[in-house]
Amino acid sequence: MTYLPKPKLAHPDLPKNALGFTRRDYEGPISTLCAGCGHDSISAAIVRACFELDLPPHRIAKLSGIGCSSKTPTYFLGNSHGFNSVHGRMPSVLTGANLANRELLYLGVSGDGDSASIGFGQFSHSMRRGVNMTYIVENNGVYGLTKGQFSATADRGAKNKRGVANLDEAIDMVSIAIQLGATYVARSFSGDKDQLVPLIKGAMQHTGAAFIDCISPCVAFNNHDGSTKSFDYVREHNEAVNFLDVITGRDEITVDYAPGTTEVVRQHNGSLLKLRKLADDYEVTDRVAAMDFLEVRKARGEIVTGLLYVDPDAEDMHGYMQTHDTPFNAMGDDELVPGAAVLAKLNASLR
Amino acid sequence: MSPQDASQMVEAAGSTVPPLVAVNDFVVKFANVNGSGSASANQLFAKAILRMGIPVTPRNIFPSNIQGLPTWYEMRISDRGHMGAREGTDLMVAMNPQTWDEDVRSIRPGGYLFYDNTKALPASKFRPDITVVGMPLTSFTNAAYSVPRERQLFKNIIYVGALSALINIDPKVIEDLLAEQFRGRDKLIAANHKALHMGRDYALAHLPCPLGLTLVPSDKVGDRIFIDGNTAAALGAVYGGATVCAWYPITPSSSLPEAFTRYCERYRVDKETGKKRFGIVQAEDELSSIGMVIGAAWNGARAFTATSGPGISLMSEFIGLAYFAEIPAVIFDVQRSGPSTGMPTRTQQSDITICAYASHGDTKHVLLIPEDPNECFQFSAAALDLADRLQTPVFVMLDLEIGMNERLTAPLAWDDNRRMDRGKVMTAEDLQSGRAFGRYLDVDGDAITYRTYPGTHPTRGSFFTRGTSRDEFARYTEAGDAYQRNMERLLKKWDTAKTLVPPAIRTDAGAATKYGVIFYGSTSPAIPEALEIIAAQCDVVLDQLRIRAFPFGPEVEKFIDGHETVFVVEQNRDAQLRSLLINELETSPKKLVRVLHYNGAPITAEFIAAGIGAHLIPAPLREAAE
Repeated sequence: MTYLPKPKLAHPDLPKNALGFTRRDYEGPISTLCAGCGHDSISAAIVRACFELDLPPHRIAKLSGIGCSSKTPTYFLGNSHGFNSVHGRMPSVLTGANLANRELLYLGVSGDGDSASIGFGQFSHSMRRGVNMTYIVENNGVYGLTKGQFSATADRGAKNKRGVANLDEAIDMVSIAIQLGATYVARSFSGDKDQLVPLIKGAMQHTGAAFIDCISPCVAFNNHDGSTKSFDYVREHNEAVNFLDVITGRDEITVDYAPGTTEVVRQHNGSLLKLRKLADDYEVTDRVAAMDFLEVRKARGEIVTGLLYVDPDAEDMHGYMQTHDTPFNAMGDDELVPGAAVLAKLNASLR
Repeated sequence: MSPQDASQMVEAAGSTVPPLVAVNDFVVKFANVNGSGSASANQLFAKAILRMGIPVTPRNIFPSNIQGLPTWYEMRISDRGHMGAREGTDLMVAMNPQTWDEDVRSIRPGGYLFYDNTKALPASKFRPDITVVGMPLTSFTNAAYSVPRERQLFKNIIYVGALSALINIDPKVIEDLLAEQFRGRDKLIAANHKALHMGRDYALAHLPCPLGLTLVPSDKVGDRIFIDGNTAAALGAVYGGATVCAWYPITPSSSLPEAFTRYCERYRVDKETGKKRFGIVQAEDELSSIGMVIGAAWNGARAFTATSGPGISLMSEFIGLAYFAEIPAVIFDVQRSGPSTGMPTRTQQSDITICAYASHGDTKHVLLIPEDPNECFQFSAAALDLADRLQTPVFVMLDLEIGMNERLTAPLAWDDNRRMDRGKVMTAEDLQSGRAFGRYLDVDGDAITYRTYPGTHPTRGSFFTRGTSRDEFARYTEAGDAYQRNMERLLKKWDTAKTLVPPAIRTDAGAATKYGVIFYGSTSPAIPEALEIIAAQCDVVLDQLRIRAFPFGPEVEKFIDGHETVFVVEQNRDAQLRSLLINELETSPKKLVRVLHYNGAPITAEFIAAGIGAHLIPAPLREAAE
């Protein structure tokens, strides 16, 4: 069996959001990933984030590459168009889709093999271009579908299931994303839904390239002693710099934390990011400081999580390119075709 | 001017070969160094001849280099309208000492050599059977100009002036062209006019004007325009409604997206807001270019990329996805000599096989093959329609010869009543009305299924696109029967494609013949002349069939069936189109005779005539002759 639909029945008392949808309306068919896979928690977090943000499911396009993580878009947002593209190439497909219709929300789902190995180039260039999207890497440090080979985010010295150590330096996706111009960068852990859901919500409300590196242990191939991507290891080394609350229009805005520990960042589109600071000296809008902080903490062996950097006034690719407000896919002949008279003039200039 | 220089001016050879005499029918070749600004002077020269009503076909022959290496600009002047390349040069304008020996060798017996004789050359550097015309260009120019850049640029205009006197180009025509080129910059116009006349006056006073090769005004150009294929294809993409272009620079295709950018900036910017009705991305590589095209087309925008052979290799995985997931994509392949980097600035038709069957697994793709810039324009717009209609990648197969050389071609035409064919797309209204939707469900019997754009309807019409197998409702499956049903539907769609692509054009000889010739793309201009030569030399006529698309329509099979021997003329080593004919039509290979040209230079009528002619002489006679 390769396709498992979920029963359509839902409890009549399930809460509804402003659009009248229940959380079930944001789900998809049953996941075929391994029981306990971190990726399923991320899918659930996406479902909750979209439900809580009152997003019309059909106005979201979900795109992925190849791998376990890239299979997940099947398992959430069943009423959204999805595109499971080729290995490592989700960013280019998403960029093209975004060019065609700037009005949809774009959710790119990828893995560490997909984005840090084969697709490292496309990942990088989509950040540089400021494609308006939420790009989530479900990072487990291994190739799951091909049974446990190291990926490029595996730490040097980390051991695989057979006890063999990884020889290569790890790619730190968040540092790279900040360096390449992503304007919303976060790291989280699939085992910490309270942290993850607001980070996804913030990313979906951000204009510009939003990137979330979500460490998501692979229960089948990378959850053993010696792994640096196991549930236990990540829990032990997780150092959150802040805790995010996303305040949308209909929420009451209350800032009830002690001054100095809470920061409210207003994004370009009006959404508010309320940050409860956990690391006192962390300045979330300071790009250089963020890069510095990440390097220092990495050297100490800490896995820094939370909202690591945001540029609340970021532009996106359409802004840089000055494209028309009307989506390209809604333009017709009258808007696009210069016509016979113009061609006659052109002909005359070519004689 | 010293008297000594003047004495060198005419170094006519004491040979028994009489100097060539021709009116409006000869080949002029300029040998230059690239980066010296010669290209615009050469272009001016060609355009002046066109303005006199005489057909000219220029070809740029250039290295993969920006400055300092040899380039040539060859102009075939033919009142008879022959536009194919011709072997040998009648008038060589030798401005590059690096290639002197080769250039002098290429002159036909009785031909002419025009050169800069500022520095004397030993007699051994010349040939006795040509007419040598020397002009002290460098010393003459240096005496008139002191700024180095001016010396270089005006030297080019001075030699155009001298040549205008030598072959009778109307100076008024050149003056007008310069005035058009520098419109609004009167000082520049005056300076160029001055240089033109300096050269002209010198030639009239000191050189044997006119030579045996002369021009007289004609009326053979008609209303044709002068444009290169890449530019025409770019215009076709503007008219075809393309809004997304993603590309990666590669010779000889780069000028296509660059021209698209120019025309979009001209025609697609909202006058009030300055906002653009186009999105052009110079991607990080060809994989990304095609990925963006596929993403944009999936989301309902018309999108294209332009590349050459190496780019097609890189795009192949994505092309398979687009074929299997049924997503429109338009790919311009401006072919060059491969494999690998090959000869990147030389022409070839060697990507036919890779494009026809690009990617792994069972794939077949639609190819449109234009013969000239006018067809580049037409096929470009048609490809965008076809890709949407067939929901599949469509290739437009140019080559360097068509793409990067300006060519006389019929004026571009557009019917204002024409509308983009967006193919089978279900709207929100369709879905709301309760029309059943299965993304891969063939409801019309033509194997083309309906699609929806993302975001169309809140609860209906969404689907999951994937490169993995799925059922008629786009649900993932690894069931063998569902996979096979789908693959068979794709074959049936291929049959539908046969009815939609431009048919091959047949031209019969006018007399019954058992011989046919099949050709395509940039080979086209050399064919009529080749057949004239064959008729004259072998007393044989041939029916012709110009292939314009893959898959082949029934007319191709009929043509082959109707002839005993069919010559297939191609510009590649492996007879790639012939293989497609054999593979797709199950034609007997024995019937299809290869005529193959693949040295990177454009194919010539002489070559085709020799290739075909060798088979027309009955074998015993051929042996006797040998």
